[in-house]
Amino acid sequence: MADLVFVLLSILTVVSALIVAGNSSVIYSAVGLLFTFMGVAGLYVLASADFLAATQMLVYVGGILVLILFAVFLSNRISDAKLSNPTHMRVPSAIVCIALFGLMSNAAVTTEWAVKTNVEYAPTTAVLGRLLMTKYLLPFEVVSVLLLAALIGAALLSRPESAKAALKPDMEEGQ
Amino acid sequence: MSLDKFLVVSAALFCCGLYTIMTRRNGVALLMGVELILNAANINFVAFSHYLGKVMGGQIFAVFVIVIAAAEAAVALSIFLRLFATAGSVEVDTADSLKN
Repeated sequence: MADLVFVLLSILTVVSALIVAGNSSVIYSAVGLLFTFMGVAGLYVLASADFLAATQMLVYVGGILVLILFAVFLSNRISDAKLSNPTHMRVPSAIVCIALFGLMSNAAVTTEWAVKTNVEYAPTTAVLGRLLMTKYLLPFEVVSVLLLAALIGAALLSRPESAKAALKPDMEEGQ
Repeated sequence: MSLDKFLVVSAALFCCGLYTIMTRRNGVALLMGVELILNAANINFVAFSHYLGKVMGGQIFAVFVIVIAAAEAAVALSIFLRLFATAGSVEVDTADSLKN
């Protein structure tokens, strides 16, 4: 049963990733990305990562994908353009990518992995929370500061010029 | 369902992302390719953590990768919006005013 679910999720993931790679419309690519993220979340569940699957749905599907869709809508002239997304140098890229896929899957299949004997499925949220607050506390704090800096930078960067000009006199008075 | 099958799926996802990055000129589409590659890496982390790892290190690393991806997407998309306001397009090869 689990094997069947794995095969279905893999097909969903890979086919929608191919749509992202091959479709000529940015909107269709974004919708393909939605199904890829969902398939990857399902694969996380099959690899006993339930908390990560929920995070994937919240952050990727609820956050990053909405952001990408907004960028698509804001960065194309909806009225006159057809949201096209042309591709260049298709054949050489396809050759390189297929060769790389063959190489990587060959390496994955032929290597004898030292798989542990007791592969078990258990809830991971409690363990992850404990690790984040003890062993990985410093990376956790660093990444939270990085996220804050990136979000402030993004907000400042996407501000229109007029708003920046209106902001400046206030700042000078403040000094 | 075994480790090598997870790795093959992740390799396919990685190659789709690489193909997207190699063929597209639209900045937003390039970002989608980057997200595909990050997801492929995350599948690898989680699968290795499940089949080989004794502690949860792989899953912790995947959490950090998701956070970095969110930060990267926010900054990159705001840069593309600014590029659209200045150059009138998000095609990355139109952003060559430093060269000319």
